[in-house]
Amino acid sequence: MSRYLRPAARAAASVSRATAFSPFASSTIRAIPRATPIFAQRRTYADNKGVKEYTVRDALNEALAEELEGNDKVFVLGEEVAQYNGAYKVTKGLLDRFGDRRVIDTPITESGFCGLAVGAALSGLHPVCEFMTFNFAMQAIDQIVNSAAKTLYMSGGIQPCNITFRGPNGFAAGVGAQHSQDYSAWYGSIPGLKVVAPWSAEDAKGLLKAAIRDPNPVCVLENELLYGQSFPMSEAAQKDDFVLPIGKAKVERQGKDMTIVSLSRCVGQSLEAADQLKSKYGVEAEVINLRSVKPLDLETIIQSIKKTGHLMVVESGFPAFGVGSEILALAMEYGFDYLKAPGQRVTGAEVPTPYAQKLEEMAFPTIDIIANQAARLMKV
Amino acid sequence: MHSRVLAKASLRRVAGKAPYGPAAAGTTIATRPTAPQSPARYSSSISQRPGASHVSFPGAVKSAFTNKLNFALSDESPALPTYRVVDQDGKIVDESFKPDLADEEVVKLYNKMLLISIMDVIMFDAQRQGRLSFYMVSAGEEALSVGSASALSPDDVIFCQYREQGVFAQRGFELSDFMNQLFANKKDPGKGRNMPVHYGSSELNIHTISSPLATQIPHASGAAYALKMQRINDPSLPPRVVAVYFGEGAASEGDFHAALNIAATRACPVIFICRNNGYAISTPTLEQYRGDGIASRGIGYGIDTIRVDGNDIWAVREVTKKAREMALQDGGKPILIEAMSYRVSHHSTSDDSFAYRARVEVEDWKRRDNPLARLRKYMEAKGIWDEAKDKEARDSTRRKVLKAFSEAEKEKKPPIRAMFEDIYEELTPDLKAQMLELRQHLDKYPEEYDLSEYEGGRSSLDS
Repeated sequence: MSRYLRPAARAAASVSRATAFSPFASSTIRAIPRATPIFAQRRTYADNKGVKEYTVRDALNEALAEELEGNDKVFVLGEEVAQYNGAYKVTKGLLDRFGDRRVIDTPITESGFCGLAVGAALSGLHPVCEFMTFNFAMQAIDQIVNSAAKTLYMSGGIQPCNITFRGPNGFAAGVGAQHSQDYSAWYGSIPGLKVVAPWSAEDAKGLLKAAIRDPNPVCVLENELLYGQSFPMSEAAQKDDFVLPIGKAKVERQGKDMTIVSLSRCVGQSLEAADQLKSKYGVEAEVINLRSVKPLDLETIIQSIKKTGHLMVVESGFPAFGVGSEILALAMEYGFDYLKAPGQRVTGAEVPTPYAQKLEEMAFPTIDIIANQAARLMKV
Repeated sequence: MHSRVLAKASLRRVAGKAPYGPAAAGTTIATRPTAPQSPARYSSSISQRPGASHVSFPGAVKSAFTNKLNFALSDESPALPTYRVVDQDGKIVDESFKPDLADEEVVKLYNKMLLISIMDVIMFDAQRQGRLSFYMVSAGEEALSVGSASALSPDDVIFCQYREQGVFAQRGFELSDFMNQLFANKKDPGKGRNMPVHYGSSELNIHTISSPLATQIPHASGAAYALKMQRINDPSLPPRVVAVYFGEGAASEGDFHAALNIAATRACPVIFICRNNGYAISTPTLEQYRGDGIASRGIGYGIDTIRVDGNDIWAVREVTKKAREMALQDGGKPILIEAMSYRVSHHSTSDDSFAYRARVEVEDWKRRDNPLARLRKYMEAKGIWDEAKDKEARDSTRRKVLKAFSEAEKEKKPPIRAMFEDIYEELTPDLKAQMLELRQHLDKYPEEYDLSEYEGGRSSLDS
C-alpha cells in the first residue's frame, strides 16, 4: 500500500530526522535497562516498587519476544519486520533472536501475507500478522473478516484460527486522507473477531500477549503516535506471565461527577482534560480506558454511569456508526435511568482527514475540545 | 475482422460445430469482436475430436498432447532479454535504430531529465530544512519516465504511482505546477488536501496520484476500457491508450494481477509500465518475487511483453512507441513493459536507504550507469552538446527551480471555502449550514482571525 505512510513510519522511528516532522519529535527509541527481577510477584495494587519507564514500542517488542520464546507455534510476519526491524521498530531484534523461521519478511502483498497467515492459523499455528498500518490492511480485509473471523463458525468448530493482526491504527500526522483512519468500528462490528486498542505500555504488553494467546482472531489496534511515548510499567507487568484480560476496561481515573469513556490515544487526552476539568471547574471526571473494543466491557461503563449520571465518549474515528455511537446506544439501552443528561461524544470530524496541519489538528479530538465539551455537558 | 476474438471463434469452429444455435450466431460474435457482452458463450462446450493431437479443453486450446512427464521448470526457462539502443558509453548498439528526433528535440528531452533531477535535489534539501513535509525523488529513473512519456500522445491518459515527475515534466507540467502542489498553495489543483508529490492534471490527462499502493493499475484497465467503449460509440474520436506506471514492489499486490487479467480478457488498450528499480523501500527484488521479473507475468496473462533498459532513453522511447501502436491494434489490447533501472535515491525523505544497502553499491550505480550521463555521452558524440552547454543548462535550471520555489512559497493558501468542498459533488445541507456558521462567526469576530493568507479571505465563504 502506499507507501507514503511507510516513509512517515521511518520518520517516527528515526531520532535524527524526527525534527523535520514535529509531531514525531517525541518518538525516540529508548534503551530500557534490563534487570533481573529479584522480588517474587506479589498481588498488590499500585505498588510503586520496581516500576520502570517503558515506551509502548518497547512494551510491544517485549510482548512479542516473550510469546515467541514461550510458544514455538508463534511466529511474526509482515513487511520489513525482520531485516529492517519493522517500519516502526516494534519488531526490533526479533530476527536476530529467533531467526528467519519465526520472523518473516514478506513481499508487499497484504492480501497475500495476511491470507498466508490465516491459512497457517487454520492449520494450527499462531501467527502474528503485522500490517505496516491498518490502512494497508484494507487490501486484506476480506481475509480478516470473511476468513479469519468466520471459519471457526462455518467449519462447525473444527478449524481454529488463533491469529493476531496488529499494527498502527487511527490518526497519524501529516499523511493525508488515505493513511489516517481509525478502523475500531470496522473490526468491532464483526462477530468472530476480538478487538483491543491499547493506550499505555502496560496495555500494549498485556493486551498483545493476551491476543497472541487467545484462540480466536484478535485485532490489536495500536497507535503510531503512542509508540515513542513512555509509561510506567509495574513490576508485575514486566514479568513474562503478565497478561490482561480481553473484554475488561480499566478505570484510569476515579471520579464522581461524570464518566469519560475512551480508547487508545484519546485516553491520555481524556485524562489531561479531566485534570483541566478538576482545576477549572472542580469537576471530578472518571476516565475509563476501554482497552477492549470487542467484547466491550459494558458492566464497567454502566457501573460508572450509575455513580456519575453523566456520560461522554471520546474516540478518534468518524462520528457516524462508530465506537462512540455504539456506547451511547448501549448506555441508552442499559443505563438510561441513571443518566441526568443526554450522553455526549467527541469523535473525529466527518471529513476525509485533511492534509493541512491546522485542519488536521482540528479533525481529531484535542484536550481542549474534550474539556470544553465535558464542561458543556456538566453545565459548568 | 482480424481480432483475437475472431481468431478464437474460428478455432472453436475448427474444434467442432457450434453446439447450439444457428451457425449465424457464431458469425455474429465474430463480426462483433468488441461487443462487451457476447450473446452466448460457447467455450464451455468444446468437444474433443477423436485422434486430435491437441488439447481442446476450454482452458487451453493450443496445447499439444505429450507422453513425457515434464514439469516446466521456472529456473530453466531463459530470462527475457533486455532491449537497449544505446550502451553505457552512449554508443548505438541497435544498428536498425534511426533517431526519430531532431537534435533540438533530443536536447529538450535531456533538459527535462536535468530539470527533474535538479528539482529533486533542491526539494529533498528543502524538506530537510523543514520547508515542506515530504518529498520523493526519482534519481536514476529520469530516462524511464521522460522517455516513455515522450513517446505517448498528449491525449493518452496516464496513471502514475509517485516517482514519475519526469512524466509530468515531459507532458508539460511546469515548474510552477510542481511547486504549487508541493507548497499546497492556492494554485495547487489538489487544494492542499494531499501530501506533497501527489500531482495531478486534467489538462495533461494525468490522474491525480493516490497514496495506496497499486490501486492505480486496475483503474488504468478501467480507463482503457472506457476509451475503447468511447471509440466504439464514436469512431471519429482519435485512438487513445492509457499508460500506467508502477514499481516492481507494487506488482506484488493483488491489484496488479487483477488489473492485468481484466485488461487481457476485456482487451483494453493499456500499457503497463513497470519501473523495476531493485528496491521497494527496503525490500530488495530478491525478496519481492521469484521468477523472471515482472515481464514473465505478462506472458502468463496473455499480454504481449517486453523488457527494456530503463536507463536508455532511446530504448524506452522505441519500446513505448511500438507498444502504443500494438495496444491500438485489433480493437485494443494491453501491453506490458518492464523497464529495468536502479533506484539511486532513497525511497523518500523519510527513508535512509543506507540502513539496508551499501553506500558503495549506490555510488557504483551512479558512476557506472546514469541515464543522464548516457544521453549526454550520446549527444556529445553527436557533437550537439559539450561541457560548457551542460554547465549553462545546469545553472539556469537551478536558477529556475529556485525562482519557482520562492514564488510558490509566497503564494496565498487555498480559500477557506475549500475545506467544505468536494467531499461530495455539491455541498450537502449540513455542510452549507457549517459554512454559514463559520461565516457568521468570522463576521462577528473579524479582529480575532487573520485571514490575509487565505485566498479571498472571508468572502470565499459567500454562498
